[in-house]
Amino acid sequence: MEYVALQLFNGLANGSFYALLSLGLAVIFGVLRVVNFAHGAFYMLGAFGAYLLLQDFGVGFWPALAIAPLAIGLAAMGLERLLIRRLYGLDPLYNFLLTFGLTLIIQDGMRLRFGLQGQPYPAPAELGGSLSLGPVGYPVYRLFVIVFSLAVCVLVWYLIERTRVGMVVRASTERPELTRALGINVDRWVTPVFGFGVALAALGGVLAAPMRNVSPLMGSELIIFTFAVVVIGGMGSIVGAVVAGFLVGILASLAAVFDPALENVLAFALMAVVLLVRPAGLFGSVDRT
Amino acid sequence: MTLLPYAGGTLVALVLPRLLYPVLALDILLWGLFAVSVDLLLGFGGLLSFGHAAFWGFGGYAGAITAKALGVPFPVAAVVGAVSAAALAVPFGFLAIRRRGIYFAMVTLAFAQMLFYLANEWRALTGGENGVQGVPRVLPGLSVGRSIDFYYAALPLVIVGFALAIRIVHSPFGHVLVAIRDNEARAQALGYHTWRYKLLAFALSGGLAGLAGALFALGHGFASLDLLHWTTSGTAVLMTILGGIGTLWGSLVGAAVVLLVRDTLTNVPEASGVVTGAIFVVIVLAFRRGLWPTLADLIRLARSRSLGS
Repeated sequence: MEYVALQLFNGLANGSFYALLSLGLAVIFGVLRVVNFAHGAFYMLGAFGAYLLLQDFGVGFWPALAIAPLAIGLAAMGLERLLIRRLYGLDPLYNFLLTFGLTLIIQDGMRLRFGLQGQPYPAPAELGGSLSLGPVGYPVYRLFVIVFSLAVCVLVWYLIERTRVGMVVRASTERPELTRALGINVDRWVTPVFGFGVALAALGGVLAAPMRNVSPLMGSELIIFTFAVVVIGGMGSIVGAVVAGFLVGILASLAAVFDPALENVLAFALMAVVLLVRPAGLFGSVDRT
Repeated sequence: MTLLPYAGGTLVALVLPRLLYPVLALDILLWGLFAVSVDLLLGFGGLLSFGHAAFWGFGGYAGAITAKALGVPFPVAAVVGAVSAAALAVPFGFLAIRRRGIYFAMVTLAFAQMLFYLANEWRALTGGENGVQGVPRVLPGLSVGRSIDFYYAALPLVIVGFALAIRIVHSPFGHVLVAIRDNEARAQALGYHTWRYKLLAFALSGGLAGLAGALFALGHGFASLDLLHWTTSGTAVLMTILGGIGTLWGSLVGAAVVLLVRDTLTNVPEASGVVTGAIFVVIVLAFRRGLWPTLADLIRLARSRSLGS
């Protein structure tokens, strides 16, 4: 029983990362119609950002939580201006392939520099130790990750559904031409939205650094899980991305109670079921592509 | 005149192991067939499978395990690999073709990754991270121990696979496939059950990838998790696009170029990833036509010049 409770919390913690990553993917896809394969690589860069800030500049976890996503988001905006922008008129598959190529460059570039060995990163002292939750004790840091990620997800939801900026972004997602006709400069939002989505991935990376070893390959498998999450939730749906993220995290961890081998496979099995029953995804509406 | 590329292709295939070392020549041949299977779907069905490593790897494991357990001649093991991969492609394809475009790519990628984890967990059968090692390659009446002998023994199977792909493309089935690629709604309105065509194309393509993967595992004497890795799927797609989508021949050229570039970088495996990624970025941004159509244009240009002078 204690193990089940523990796995439930582990599932929530894993789900936090799925949710943050698929949320960023969904925001980017909504406005740019780009499926960003490099999302996992940016997550990894976020973790390395935190690691290098600490190693080379002695900058701790809390400043890194702001600096790394900001810097990586800005770099991604440059990348969007320089490369991704050139392929907007074409089949979205080309940008998928472009970002796949970028993933290989970033990931193996980091391998050349840092090797495959994972680097440890200490959790901030304020969040050390563990908290007793009913039958089990659970690391405070992981609880922080769950709460923090949920807060970020709610904040992003609020930003997009309830603010004026969000309204413009949603309008340019659904009817770009009509939005332009109403005198709104849609193109102005494209680059910042890409940067914002990538910053969410980098934020996930910083959060992951104290939990998982910081290594160049840490994002490569996560991105494929995130794709499964996105297919389950329904691409482009903010709520779908978050709900499916936590759902997959929890179910996979609970499945591991029965057989550890199931943990990695469950997300994909779930995806197969969703494709059979509801091909557009749990929260997806019309198939846009 | 139309037979010229076939004669030329066969000639190149025959002399290739004399020009390069035999293992590299075999790799070019088999990766080429793998890329052709990707092109069959992408170029003629408009379906980008980003999970073809599933079939290449499944064929590889099936072929290797069959050869090791039963000691059958290698062509039999290769056919077992091809048939197993085609059989696996039926359920994967059935689910994947429910989505289109970019979703199709994501779904196929996800299923291939599922197979990767299953192969990693099912150690009794696959050997987990060690893979299936010490796979024998036998052919009664012939010695295929040396790489160069295996190359020539495997060549007929590869040619059959490639000929099959060409035959499929030029068949009525292939034409319907192209019609679906260009306008699925119209093909449906004409009375075609488009999903059946897509599913059959997916299974045939999976079978070809499986044949190539099985021969690859048999040729190298082992099957490992690398066969199923997501970068393997990406590499096959890269070869297809570099060669030119929808040309079949281009996939062979693309495979040769990618492997030759990688061969010069064997000392630094990480650099090979960076270079592969860089090729990807460059061709997607600036060279989407691919090598084969460009080459064909150059030949045409040269010929018209020589006629003019």
